[in-house]
Amino acid sequence: MSDKDLLSKDKNIEEMVLESPQGDKIPEDYQLVYEKPTTLTDTRFHYCPGCGHSTVHKLLGEVFQELDIQENTIGVAPVGCSVFAYDYLDIDMQEAAHGRATAVATGIKRMLPDKYVFTYQGDGDLAAIGTAETIHTINRGEAILIVFINNAVYGMTSGQMAPTTLPGMKTTTSPYGRDISLVGSPMKMCELIAPLPGAFYVTRQSVHTAGNVRKTKKALINGFKYQKYRKGTSFVEIISNCPSNWKMTPLQSNKFIETDMLEYYPLGDVKVPSREEIKELDAKEGNK
Amino acid sequence: MENKEDIRLMKGNEAFAEAGIQAGCDAYFGYPITPQSEVLEYLSREVPKRSGVVLQAESEVAAINMIYGAAGAGARVMTSSSSPGISLMQEGLSYIAAAELPCLLLNINRGGPGLGTIQPSQGDYFQATKGGGHGDYYLIVLAPSSVQEMADFVFLGFELADKYRNPVMMLSDGAIGQMMEKVIFRKRDVKKIKKPWATTGKTKDRARNIITSLFIKPEKMEEVNNKLKEKYEEINKNEVRYQEILTEDAEYLLVAYGLSARISHKTVELAREQGYKVGLLRPITLYPFPSKRIYELSQNLKGAMTLEMNSGQMVEDVRLAVEGKIPVHYYGRMGGIIPSPDEALEQLEIFIKQNN
Repeated sequence: MSDKDLLSKDKNIEEMVLESPQGDKIPEDYQLVYEKPTTLTDTRFHYCPGCGHSTVHKLLGEVFQELDIQENTIGVAPVGCSVFAYDYLDIDMQEAAHGRATAVATGIKRMLPDKYVFTYQGDGDLAAIGTAETIHTINRGEAILIVFINNAVYGMTSGQMAPTTLPGMKTTTSPYGRDISLVGSPMKMCELIAPLPGAFYVTRQSVHTAGNVRKTKKALINGFKYQKYRKGTSFVEIISNCPSNWKMTPLQSNKFIETDMLEYYPLGDVKVPSREEIKELDAKEGNK
Repeated sequence: MENKEDIRLMKGNEAFAEAGIQAGCDAYFGYPITPQSEVLEYLSREVPKRSGVVLQAESEVAAINMIYGAAGAGARVMTSSSSPGISLMQEGLSYIAAAELPCLLLNINRGGPGLGTIQPSQGDYFQATKGGGHGDYYLIVLAPSSVQEMADFVFLGFELADKYRNPVMMLSDGAIGQMMEKVIFRKRDVKKIKKPWATTGKTKDRARNIITSLFIKPEKMEEVNNKLKEKYEEINKNEVRYQEILTEDAEYLLVAYGLSARISHKTVELAREQGYKVGLLRPITLYPFPSKRIYELSQNLKGAMTLEMNSGQMVEDVRLAVEGKIPVHYYGRMGGIIPSPDEALEQLEIFIKQNN
């Protein structure tokens, strides 16, 4: 599919007006079909046009609102593009040192075991500098949700090779393409951590199509809901795009996810609790 | 009060751990390292019988970041380690200082640099008192010189940490951590202050709480730096603690902390027996340093000498304190070797003779 084809699927894109001509007021004869979650602040996202972070932030906001957990959720922001996540998510948050988000989340969850705790981390943060914390937090089965944004590149520092950069992929520190004979292969974190007994729910989703965005939202909802069982860690990897550092248009970057990223990082659940198990756990919860 | 005394024979490390429980510590996160592993061992044994959280982390790096998270969630938290492990915690400490999170940590100083030795040392003085990690910040540093103080300073440390929203370090050494002494646990009213800034879940009646050390705009960063600076000035004004022994008529002053102060105390006695008018000033807080008091004393002194188990670190602060008014000599041993009162006296005599 070419860019043009993608565009033609939604012909109105070019005609879309970003700001409402009516301002904040909605005319009476209009039907409200979508609004910004109340759990997002009014701060404008700093993310580049087309970046998946904005989509995932919006999803998180929707999930807080729909599950009604805004008052009981504490997030941990990483070092990376999403370092300012707390500017947008209207919840209590802590900003962690690079790679240490899950250690910080461990500290929070151990003190506030009844709260919903999540980390939001990029590939450099979670799979390079924070690998030890990632593995050990999951191995302990901390009842938190780890949201792992994998866009195969260091975004904030402007396009260096990540532990998840695809073989042959060009970045500023792999200008001739990632040579796996020199720097190893990209790490499949879901598959790496899923065998750990502490991993309760492990899934890989993406945000490059509307359908996938919906599936990602479902996974995030699971990740929050499962915390109450205290049976282990939920790990939601989200294949995302980085148009700026991939040197692509947003549409090209979405296409690159489809053609290249998903080939290496197949979507879908890697480890899920069975329905019976969930039923049993729900029954136990109900008994409390 | 007195009849409720609980007297025990304990190692310094164990006294610290027990005091932590009694001071209402909600959580301890740590990693084993000699010569302070008894802290984690004691807590692993005792906490499940009482209350609180104790967790052996995968590294000191993880431990200090768990401290960050738990302190940010409003809990009373502590950790402990020894020199190489404390080095690993420095990044986290810098973040904790910047985010103004109260916590208590213990450094059972061993010989270095590098992997060094497991024997006692005071080689981490600079690291402890000058910040330690990156950026402009200070820890409040308490220097216990007995097992009793290893317990007492835990209560004081938590109080100061909460009062100033600042990390507090107890800087001790392998000898005090390992040796057994009598320690008295008095019944105390442990006060915990409210922490409305903590991330406990954003309720409807307040704006969201953010724990962060990121201030990307220069104006904001400088504002934070200035706020911290004011806090450190306040700490310097209010929290200087020291002990003086026979300083009233002293012509020469020994300055020493922790284990060295105990040795120096004996040296002072020996020197007095020989007719030298020698006194001792023991800084209890290494940050804030008792510079003002040392300056005052220097008006009537002929000289001062530090006794340190390092290559001469605190001597720099003493020299700054006396503003060049008197000569300040340093004597010390390193590598885990503890100087004896006699050799300190010998060095003091040489110094006095050269000086006269």
